[in-house]
Amino acid sequence: MIRYLLSRLAQAILVLWAAFTLSFVILYALPGDPVAIMTGAGTGQSTVDPAQVEALRHQLGLDKPVPLQYWDRLVAALHGDLGQSVTNGQTVFSVIGQNLPSTLLLTSLALVVAVILGGGLAMLATYTRLSALRQVLLSLPSFGVSVPTFWIGLLLVQLFSFRVHLFPAFGNGGPVSLVLPVITLAVPCSAIIAQLLARSMDTALAEPYIETARAKGAGRVRIHLRHALRNAIGPSLTMLALIFGELITNAVVVETVFSRQGLGSVTAAAVQAENIPIVQGVVLVSATIYAVVNLVVDVIYPLIDPRIVTRRSTRVSAPAVTVSA
Amino acid sequence: MLSTLVAVSAAACSSGSSGSASAGTPVSGGTLSFALASDPACVDPQQFASNDSIYVTRQLVDSLTDQDPKTGKIVPWIASSWEVNSNATQFTFHIRQGVTFSDGTPLNAQSVKDNFDAVHALGAKATLGSGYLIGYQDTTVLDPSTVRVDFSKPSAQFLQATSTHSLGLLSEKTLAQTPAQRCQSVVGSGPFTLDHYTINQEVVENRRANYDWGSSLFDHSGPAYLDKLVFKVIPEQSVRTGSLESGQLDAIGGVAPDDEPGLKTAGFTLQSRVNPGIVFNLQANLSRPIVSDTVVRQAIQKAINRQQVVDTVLSPDFKAATSILSSSTLDYANLGSELATDVAGAEKLLTDDGWVPGPDGIRVKNGQKLALTAAWFSNFGPNQSSLELIQQQLKTVGIQLTLKEYSISQGTTVQKGGDWDLLWVNLTRADPDILRNNFSSSLTNYGRIPAGPLENALNAEAADADATQRATDAASAQKLIVDNDYAFPVFELTTILGVSPKTHGIEFDASSRLQFHDAWKSS
Repeated sequence: MIRYLLSRLAQAILVLWAAFTLSFVILYALPGDPVAIMTGAGTGQSTVDPAQVEALRHQLGLDKPVPLQYWDRLVAALHGDLGQSVTNGQTVFSVIGQNLPSTLLLTSLALVVAVILGGGLAMLATYTRLSALRQVLLSLPSFGVSVPTFWIGLLLVQLFSFRVHLFPAFGNGGPVSLVLPVITLAVPCSAIIAQLLARSMDTALAEPYIETARAKGAGRVRIHLRHALRNAIGPSLTMLALIFGELITNAVVVETVFSRQGLGSVTAAAVQAENIPIVQGVVLVSATIYAVVNLVVDVIYPLIDPRIVTRRSTRVSAPAVTVSA
Repeated sequence: MLSTLVAVSAAACSSGSSGSASAGTPVSGGTLSFALASDPACVDPQQFASNDSIYVTRQLVDSLTDQDPKTGKIVPWIASSWEVNSNATQFTFHIRQGVTFSDGTPLNAQSVKDNFDAVHALGAKATLGSGYLIGYQDTTVLDPSTVRVDFSKPSAQFLQATSTHSLGLLSEKTLAQTPAQRCQSVVGSGPFTLDHYTINQEVVENRRANYDWGSSLFDHSGPAYLDKLVFKVIPEQSVRTGSLESGQLDAIGGVAPDDEPGLKTAGFTLQSRVNPGIVFNLQANLSRPIVSDTVVRQAIQKAINRQQVVDTVLSPDFKAATSILSSSTLDYANLGSELATDVAGAEKLLTDDGWVPGPDGIRVKNGQKLALTAAWFSNFGPNQSSLELIQQQLKTVGIQLTLKEYSISQGTTVQKGGDWDLLWVNLTRADPDILRNNFSSSLTNYGRIPAGPLENALNAEAADADATQRATDAASAQKLIVDNDYAFPVFELTTILGVSPKTHGIEFDASSRLQFHDAWKSS
């Protein structure tokens, strides 16, 4: 078990390094640089003396050769220094510290809602004997997956904030302000869960042991929940880590639409300003969360399916988190 | 959809369809919520300056002077009077007594000196202030309420610069902090004090109860009417509009031209003011063979139909350009008649010069096609549609225009690189000196304009301590730019606010930024 955990840890470190490097490369490939954006104040025109612009670039180390900048940043990161925001000098740690809690709260709640919504839908669709209802229920997930997140968000804001004044349209103002963002974020993920779980439920329900259970006189509910679900839940659990990654990515959109404070809105602003230290910090945090969730799923897997212990070597390893603006 | 674009430089004065003229007697108290389109990133007025950060920081600080949005005249604020020497290198200010920062420390001659020294030391981090202080030598404290600022070369623009938030005055304790710390918290002497700034969320400011040294332009003396000012960061345009309409906000910035009709119908006030400074224009690159041909430039000037751009792409709140400077800029000169559209005239000029229409309608001379490229940035929503319309207008007279879009971050690189015939730009400032930034052959000179009469006019304007003489020199600079077709002015940028019927007295200052001292809410 120790050896297994060590190898997982090594994998996680590799993922973090890849995420760090990739985000650096992508941001450097973008045209322009943060100082140009800053001195132009978003206008593309600047009244700052070019010599002073160069001085600031030098102060921030942006005039060094790119490989050297990468090396400096990597060494500093290994020493626990993620640097400062280019725009206002705030340390990356404090930016993340301020913004991580609200994103974690948002994504965790969305995950819970997604599991209830997606799981419930899958269970109902596989349980019902009305084929029309089954058809309707099973078509919902593909709809949920294909609708863009920001569209769901804007629609919910229109209906439940602007038309019917039930929820605020923006901000982090207590539990009420979480309702619409959580639903928006949960919809696409619940769709994935529903699709996956419904398919494996169908497979499980066709297995011979279900016949056996039925022959022994088990009721439908018991067969559904105790026998089939227990065997069908595996793939969905594996996907959970991926889904959590998806939630963090979608938070960029949801936090922007709902004007919420969080890592997502920080990322959107930082990418626009080519604020490399901030983007790299966010990427590292996301990759860490990702690796941890993967590890947790790995560890609890055997508890659900004891057969897994002996053959758990194949596992979805975390791809680098993509930066999307 | 993540259009967090800072509309170029939304400055606004007070003309146009201003609506929130004080209705009834102002009442004290209450909280005003205002939506910003982007995170201010920094609450220090002397540093990073986007429109949204300026709205926030302007309320926290006082300036030595203020500028009358109606006349452009510089009037007293913290300085009760001043003198400028004859070649505008020396400025002496007499500081009002009894002014304190909100931490209780006095604002005196020494604090003024320390502030100018601090802005100078910030360098490029003072995105606007460093430009105002080019040539800054030092500040001398003559007595506790008198300071003298010295420049190594004429800087007539400095007087107007002292009225801006960028040279707003901060307490000694704030100046002693690092630039990064100052981005999170500052102490000024303004009508509001900073309560807190939460990144990507909000900036909350409280009224300073004992404020009693407002600008001579404020409608009332004493403290501000509002108890509290809350700036909410709302990047999504439709959410800003919807939140205003559903009563979740009192006023919003960043109203796009296509949002205007909806807000008007719903009974909201649209408050607008033309931004001072250089209008949206296509600047010519004289180092390019075709553009260096004066006849071609004359033809382009005549072929552009500015009013059509305003009518088709923008809203009635916008105005066609009538000079290279907008009509709300100090010393603006109306050259409207020289910018009239004359399609037949443009065609005749080109034909007489030997440019004959080819098979595709585009003119050709000596085997060379009359084809130009224009570089542009998406710093203002309607840029693309405006340029596409101009493209059509030029095509009518046989000029082919290719549009090349660049990201805002490429701004300086593209301008410096000079790989363009025309460059779509604008720049906000309430002083005619902004012309030197784009048209002086001794500065960046992206248009590769040769030294000559224009340079002389610009240098004269920069050194004029006398307001009347300065207006004359600034007017001749504008005329030289338009007459020599160094740039093709199109329209004046306008800042538009959406304001609820219960909100009154939000004022545009001379730079078309906002002042909330006189703002109040009726019940």
